[in-house]
Amino acid sequence: MIAIETTSQAESAPPRPGPQPVESSPARGAIAVRNLDFFYGEHQVLFGNGLDIAPRKVTAIIGPSGCGKSTHIRVYNRIYELYRDQRCTGEVLLDGQNLLAPTVDLIELRRRIGMIFQTPTPFPMSVFDNVAYGLRLHYTMPRSELADRVKTALEDAALWDEVRDKLHHSGIELSGGQQQRLCIARALAVEPEVLLMDEPTSAVDPVGTAKIEELVRRLKERLTIVIVTHNMQQAARISDFTAFFLDGRIVEFGDTTELFTNPVDRKTEDYITGRFG
Amino acid sequence: MSLENTSRRNTGDVLFHGAAVLAAALVLLLIAGIFTDLVRHSWLSITTFGPRFLWSGAWNPVTGEFGAASSLYGTFATTIIALVVAVPLSLLIALFLVEIAHPRLAGPVSGAIEILAAIPSIIYGMWGLFVFAPYLADHVQPALEALFGGIPWAGALFSGPPMGIGILPAGLILALMVLPFTTAVMRDVFGLVPRVLKESAAGMGSTTWEVFRNVMIPYGRKGLVGGIFLGLSRAIGETMAVTFVIGNDHRIAASLFASGNTIASTLANEFTEASDPLYLSALVELGLVLFVVTFLFQVAGHLWLRRLRGGAGGGR
Ligand SMILES: Nc1ncnc2c1ncn2[C@@H]1O[C@H](COP(=O)(O)OP(=O)(O)OP(=O)(O)O)[C@@H](O)[C@H]1O
Ligand SMILES: [Mg+2]
Repeated sequence: MIAIETTSQAESAPPRPGPQPVESSPARGAIAVRNLDFFYGEHQVLFGNGLDIAPRKVTAIIGPSGCGKSTHIRVYNRIYELYRDQRCTGEVLLDGQNLLAPTVDLIELRRRIGMIFQTPTPFPMSVFDNVAYGLRLHYTMPRSELADRVKTALEDAALWDEVRDKLHHSGIELSGGQQQRLCIARALAVEPEVLLMDEPTSAVDPVGTAKIEELVRRLKERLTIVIVTHNMQQAARISDFTAFFLDGRIVEFGDTTELFTNPVDRKTEDYITGRFG
Repeated sequence: MSLENTSRRNTGDVLFHGAAVLAAALVLLLIAGIFTDLVRHSWLSITTFGPRFLWSGAWNPVTGEFGAASSLYGTFATTIIALVVAVPLSLLIALFLVEIAHPRLAGPVSGAIEILAAIPSIIYGMWGLFVFAPYLADHVQPALEALFGGIPWAGALFSGPPMGIGILPAGLILALMVLPFTTAVMRDVFGLVPRVLKESAAGMGSTTWEVFRNVMIPYGRKGLVGGIFLGLSRAIGETMAVTFVIGNDHRIAASLFASGNTIASTLANEFTEASDPLYLSALVELGLVLFVVTFLFQVAGHLWLRRLRGGAGGGR
């Protein structure tokens, strides 16, 4: 169920110029999680999570199925609030600002923190309209600028060459891997500071996966990436930091190479060596 | 297992295949039969009036002058009113049921809507005549007249004595009757939109309304069109309720308050009185016109769906 949101996109809002690239500003997109508990109804699934996510780095979240990885990152953009029985306590600070505070503008929050899901979610509209979606939602801009930004976003998502002749075809006609990059382009178009990716390659073939991994490596120059993955090799390949979750708790968090070569906790070691999970 | 067909499967398949073909043929035969029968019985009228029958507004059993224009007008006018009122309303109710209402509220409301759909149309007709029509005459129509009275074009639509009986009341009753069907279809259509797609749209910064308008409606448009056509086919042939409240007058008035008739209501009303062969034949020809019109709408619906499938964003 989608709850009614109090914040609205006022029709009468004055034209807002397009998003400003964040490249020039000092590193933004640092996330600090403090004491995060999460509940599905009465059922608690996250326990006192604390995490410091470095700006413009890739942080991987690993752990066995059902340990709360998705739940954890779904707090960052408050998407869990769509469901009335889900709630959490604690703090998540984005560059020092508590984004769980009731005063936070959800719409602007979701512009600044984009999300990619396990299954590609192209909207039932053309490739162009998919990428323009967030731009049209958040900004008012001339057509030519819109077209430019759509092109740039598709280039950033390494998809432009494959869809330049299909911009007005349905996004649903693309292959699974292309659809996922379309969703990335759509998220990138509004210049977010953080990109949350929940197992973004689990529904994508190996070639498509390689492309998305390459993309992630490139994108961290301009934004913070948090990626949930079941694939330990993938975490090792693309992330700078890794957090290991178990039963709703963060067991170990640190430099990816360190964590994979020299885990401190016995449970981490068991997991990465494949002894359980 | 052998790749060869066992004889049992063979005979079974043949039997099943034969039965299916037979059933399909029977349906086609039935349609063709109804059509030829309608043509046969309206032949007198067809030969007497020719194509003029379609646009002649005359309906005079005494002089033997008949035309379908006023019935056609009434049929279209009431159907359009019904859809214009029912479709947006059912979209909103469906959205409410699927996305906004608490499950404990959505369940009973959903059930109530299904009950509305099951009420026989004669009940709607009686309620329309005895309860709804006086209410319209006393409250709604004067308000509409006050609202649109000064405006040149719209003013004419809402002028004349508010009797609570006529094209507008019939259209509104039809809207009420169509509403449960379109709402139920739309609710099911919206229920099929994947959760992750809605989350994704909300995750881009869309409000509930924007998720609905930009993603759920386009995603479900095929089903929505189906729902609208279901409502349309129900509205266009509805007889009892309309006969009660439309006034049964063969005329085309500018005002929606004026009484009128539809093909179905005319047939229901006048078949028993038609003594003269030409009169009877003209009534059958009206039925033929309704048959052809519904058929054309069905074809249009199919073409529209096919276009949606081929066009950008093929939904599902
Ligand atoms: N909508 C929900 N309602 C109730 N419980 C839920 C819901 N979603 C998840 N859970 C429970 O919360 C716990 C954490 O789930 P979550 O989806 O966050 O795990 P995950 O680590 O992402 O697992 P996976 O690797 O399978 O995606 C699980 O025990 C799950 O059963
Ligand atoms: Mg998950």
